[in-house]
Amino acid sequence: MIATPITFFAVAGALMLFAAFAMVRLALGPTAADRAVGLDTVNTLVVALMIVLGAAYDQAVLIDVAIVYALLSFIGTLYIARYLEGGLE
Amino acid sequence: MSILLYVFFGIGVLFNGLGALALMRFPDVYTRLHGATKCTTFGSIFTTLGVVIYSFAQGGAANQTLAIHALIALLALLITNPTGSHALARAARRSGVKPWGAVVDRWEDR
Repeated sequence: MIATPITFFAVAGALMLFAAFAMVRLALGPTAADRAVGLDTVNTLVVALMIVLGAAYDQAVLIDVAIVYALLSFIGTLYIARYLEGGLE
Repeated sequence: MSILLYVFFGIGVLFNGLGALALMRFPDVYTRLHGATKCTTFGSIFTTLGVVIYSFAQGGAANQTLAIHALIALLALLITNPTGSHALARAARRSGVKPWGAVVDRWEDR
């Protein structure tokens, strides 16, 4: 039954590759909204990556960090969206 | 159980890859947001469910703690990710980005 840790590290490597693709969009997106979309995608992938690595190393602390990172990146996305709209009305 | 773990990880990695591909290939902000957000949310659900199943199957108190924390992280991701992408789409439209290939624009006609 035991899946070896190499499975978790392969999944983590794939997620890192996809986050690098999202960072390409973050670097060369034409508008500011494109960059915000790329940043949101990077945040989602990093949360998934932290959960997989927390299972690979048997550390529940990494998953707690992932929870806090998800909530903080949500707040950051909301701030960027509000800034792109042109502030509060 | 091991087969289930591999299937869940496979689906998760496949959909995360499709999300990254959509972010690279689609023509404007709204289509990129559509592809990237939905595919990465779906893929992250499946990689996290794979971790949860693995930890519950391992047994022991520490692994069960890890599984429950992974479920809480999944819940946080499920609540925050669609809300954030909705706010981003609304902000992109209000900051004046036109949809690619749009013919009718009811927002401007109001």
